[in-house]
Amino acid sequence: MQMQLHEDAPRLVVPDRAEATARMKIDRAGWAVRSYARFDRAAVMRVTRAVAEAAHKAAQEYAEWAVRETGMGVVEHKRLKNELSAHPLVDFYENTDLVNPRVDAGRKMVEIPKPAGVVLALTPATNPVSTLYYKAILALLSRNAVIFSPHPLARACCAHAAARLEAAAVAAGAPAGLIQCIEEPSVPLVQALMASPKVQVILATGGGPMVRAAYSSGNPAIGVGPGNAPVYVDPTADQTLAAQRIVDSKAFDNSVLCTNESVLISLAENANRLERGLRAAGAHILSEPEVGKLRAWLFPHGHLNTAAVGKSAVWIAQQAGLRVVPSTRVLIAPVAQVGLDEPLTREKLCPVLAWATAETFERATGMAQMILRMTGAGHSAAIHCEDPQKAMDFAAALSVYRVVVNAPCSQGAAGFATHLAPSFMIGTGYFGRSSVGENIGPQHLVHWTRLAWNSDASVQMGDFGAVRAPFEGQAPAPRPAPAPAAAPLAEAGGMDRDMLRQLILQELRELTRGQS
Amino acid sequence: MFNYGFFNFDSKAELLDKAIEYWNPGKTKFWQDAGIDLVIDRREGYFLYDMSGRRLIDLHLNGGTYNFGHRNPELVATLKSALDYFDMGNHWFPSVARAAFAEKLVKTAPGMKYAIFGAGGAEAVEIALKTARYATKRRKIVSIIKGYHGHSGLSVATGDDRFSKIFLADRPEEFVQVPFNDIDALERALRGRDVAAFIIETIPATYGFPMPNDGYLKACQELCRRYGTLYIADEVQTGLMRTGMMWGWQSYGLEPDMFVTGKGLGGGIYPISACVVTEKCGGWLHEDGAAHISTSGGSELGCVVGHQVIDILQRPEVISNVHFVADFFHRSLNQMMAAHSDVFVGIRQRGVILGLEFDHPEGAVAVSRALYENGVWAIFSSLDKRVLQFKPGVLLDVATCQEIVDRMEAAMPRVRALLRSPRRAA
Repeated sequence: MQMQLHEDAPRLVVPDRAEATARMKIDRAGWAVRSYARFDRAAVMRVTRAVAEAAHKAAQEYAEWAVRETGMGVVEHKRLKNELSAHPLVDFYENTDLVNPRVDAGRKMVEIPKPAGVVLALTPATNPVSTLYYKAILALLSRNAVIFSPHPLARACCAHAAARLEAAAVAAGAPAGLIQCIEEPSVPLVQALMASPKVQVILATGGGPMVRAAYSSGNPAIGVGPGNAPVYVDPTADQTLAAQRIVDSKAFDNSVLCTNESVLISLAENANRLERGLRAAGAHILSEPEVGKLRAWLFPHGHLNTAAVGKSAVWIAQQAGLRVVPSTRVLIAPVAQVGLDEPLTREKLCPVLAWATAETFERATGMAQMILRMTGAGHSAAIHCEDPQKAMDFAAALSVYRVVVNAPCSQGAAGFATHLAPSFMIGTGYFGRSSVGENIGPQHLVHWTRLAWNSDASVQMGDFGAVRAPFEGQAPAPRPAPAPAAAPLAEAGGMDRDMLRQLILQELRELTRGQS
Repeated sequence: MFNYGFFNFDSKAELLDKAIEYWNPGKTKFWQDAGIDLVIDRREGYFLYDMSGRRLIDLHLNGGTYNFGHRNPELVATLKSALDYFDMGNHWFPSVARAAFAEKLVKTAPGMKYAIFGAGGAEAVEIALKTARYATKRRKIVSIIKGYHGHSGLSVATGDDRFSKIFLADRPEEFVQVPFNDIDALERALRGRDVAAFIIETIPATYGFPMPNDGYLKACQELCRRYGTLYIADEVQTGLMRTGMMWGWQSYGLEPDMFVTGKGLGGGIYPISACVVTEKCGGWLHEDGAAHISTSGGSELGCVVGHQVIDILQRPEVISNVHFVADFFHRSLNQMMAAHSDVFVGIRQRGVILGLEFDHPEGAVAVSRALYENGVWAIFSSLDKRVLQFKPGVLLDVATCQEIVDRMEAAMPRVRALLRSPRRAA
C-alpha cells in the first residue's frame, strides 16, 4: 500500500471509533432495558413524567439551539413542538396501559406485553429535538431503550438533549443507558447499526433513501415515507378561515413538518374569494414571471434546492430575486399543471405553496391523486369543506391514510389540531411502502404474548385475580450513570459533582457487596 | 481433514498425538485425563470453538487476556494498521509508539512517573523486583503464600513451591512468604528493615480470588512505608477495569510504589506488559537506562495495541457495561447459590472478578468439567481447587450472560453426580 505522507495526514489508520462506541451503546441499552422491562406501570409513568418534565423545561433552549445549528425553522414554533412532545404526548397515552397483563375471561385469554428491547431511532434535521423527545417518550412508555442517530446537521443539540433526558430518567430511578445518542453520526455508521442483530426495531424518520435502508437492513423497521400533502378547498368552505388555516400551517416552523400542505387545489368558482383570504392571511401570490424565477431557483435542474428547506418566505423570495413585503409569510405559486411536469408540486418543506385550479370537484380529486402518485403516497391530505359527502369521496379516492378536515394540515395530521395521535412519525402504510399506516405511538413498540385457553366450555381458565404480574418490584435499584467522561453532560442534566460522587460511591458499595 | 494452509491434520486425534510427541506430553495428557478434551480452534468474541466444532463460552479469558473477547475487531484493526507501518522496533531507541503508550498508561495512574515495558507479566514482575532492589539496595522480597507472579527467575521464586522447586529455583533465604490476610506475619517479615519489596496481587488469582480483609492491603502498604519496603501491586489479573476501576489498587484506595500489568494489556493479540513506577523508584532509568534490556519488551506493535486497549477501557460505555455485568452476576449467582447451597457455598466478587466456592476439596475441578460439558469454559484455581475462577469479560452482553447462567444451572446436577462419584474424572 502506498503511504500518504502529507504533513498532517495520519500515518496509521485508526479503526472507526464511532462505530465501535456505537456498538457498545447498543449492548449498554440491552442491559438497561433488561432491567427497565421489569418496571411496573407506576414506575414507568414516574420515569416518563420526569423525562417529559425535563423535556418541557428545556423546550426553549433546544428550539433555539436547533434553529442555530440547522438554520431551519422558527424558534417559537420549535419550542411549541418540543412542548407538545413532552407532557401533552404523555397525557395522550396516560390511559394506554402497555405494562400490565390483560385478562379477558370471556375469551379465556391473557395477554402479556413484551417490549421490543433496543430501539434505534433516527431523527431528521428538520424536526431534530421534537422528534427526539417524541421517540424517547414512546420508548419509555413502552419500556424500551432507545439509541438516537441524529441527522449530522443536528447532532450537537440532539446529543445534548438525549443526555439531559437520560439524566432525568436516571434521577427518577431508571437504569442508566435507557436513552443514548450517537455522537458522530454518519451514513455508513447508521447503516451498520441498523443491521445489528442486537437492535430490535428501527424507527426511521428521514429522507427516502434512509427509510429504504432501514427496511433493507434485515431488522424490523417502522419507516415513514415522504409527504406531499394536497389540500383541497371546496366552495362550501369558509374561504377566509380556510385561507387563514392554510397560511398558518405553511408558515408554521417554515413548513418543515412533512405534514405541511404542498399543493393547494381549488375550483375556478371560488378562486377569487380564496385568493382574497390568502392575501389577507399574509400570502404573496406570485405572478407568472415570478413563478418562473421561483421555479428556477427552487428546482435547479429539476431537483429541490435544499438550501430552501425550513427557510422563511421572505428569505426565499430574496434568493429567488422576487420582491415581497417583509410581512410575507407564504409564497403561493399558481401552476397550470400538477404532477411530474411541474416540480413546484413536489414536496418542498418550505413556505412555498403551489396552487392549481380545477373545474370540478372530481377533477380536483384527480389532481390530488396525481400529486400523490408522484410523491407523498400514504401520507396526508387536507380538505376544507362543509359537505360530508365530498369529504368522504375525497378521502376514499386518495392514497393517503389521513385527511385533515377544516384544520391546518401541518399540525392536524401530526395530531396537534385534531384528535389523531400526536406524532412525529406519520405512518405511510402500504401506499407509502411502510409497515404502519397510522400515526406511530408506543403501542407499536410492544408485542403481546397471548395465553389462550381451550375454547371448549368444559375447560376452565382459572382465577387470575391473585396471579403475580411479571414485575421485579416497584422500582428496581437505580443504576447511576458512569462518572468520568460524561461529567459535563451529566452536570447539564442537573447533576452536580457531589451527587455524582455519591452515586459512584453507592455503585462501588453495590459492586463489592458480593465479596466474602 | 483440518487444513490450515500452512499445516494440516487428519483429525483431532492426530493433533493430540503430535502435541504429545513434539510439544508437551504432560499438559496434553493432563486435560485428556481431566475429561477436558479441548483443542481451541476458531475463536470469536467470548466464544471458543473446539476442533470438533463445539462452541464454548469463555469465562477463563486466560486471566483477563481476553478481557475484550477473542479477536476484538477494533483491536485486530488496530494491530493490522500498526503492521502497515511499524514492526517490533528497536528497543535501544526512543519511539513514538512507546512514548505515546507510556504517557497514556502513566496518566491512568495518579502518582506514577514511568512505564517500563516487557513482553509478558513475569518480565514486568522481574523489572519491578529489580527496580525495588536498585531503589532500596536491599535484596529480600516478601510475597504471600499461594501468590502467583510468573515463572521467570525472580518472579517464580516469589510463588508457590510447585513451580520453583522443580527447577531448583526456590531461594528461601531471599524470598520470604507470609500468609495472606495476616498483617502481623507481614510485620514480622518486614521488621528487620532488610526487605526491598512486598509484592502482592491485589486479589490473588491463582489462589482463587480470596478477598483481602477490610483494610488489609492498606495496612500492608503502611507497614511497607514504615520499614522502608516498596509496595508492588501485581495487577496482571485485577487491572484493566476488571474490578470496576482501571486498576484494582485504586478501588482499595492504595498508592503503590510500583504496579505491574500484562495479559489483557495486549488485547489478547499482541503480547506486552508493563511495570509502572513512581519517580522515587525510577532512579535506574537515569543512572543506566539500558540496565534492563528486552528485545521484544515494549514492541511498538504491542504499544499501539495497548494504547487502544486503554482508550477503549476509558469509554463511558465500557465502564457502564462492566458495572452491568458485575451487577448481573452478583444477583444471579446469589440466587443460584441459594438454590444449590448443598454444593455451592460461597461467592467472592469484586467487579467482574469472581471466585465461586464449592464444598469439596476438588469441587471446582468437577464444576469446571460439568460446565465444559455444558458449553462453558471456566477454570478452577490451581492453588485452591475448591474455588472456580469465574471471569466474565468487560464487553459481555445481556444475551451471553443469561446463557452463561442458564448453562450453569443446567450443569448443577452433573456437578453433584461428579462430586458423589468416587473417581471424579470418570
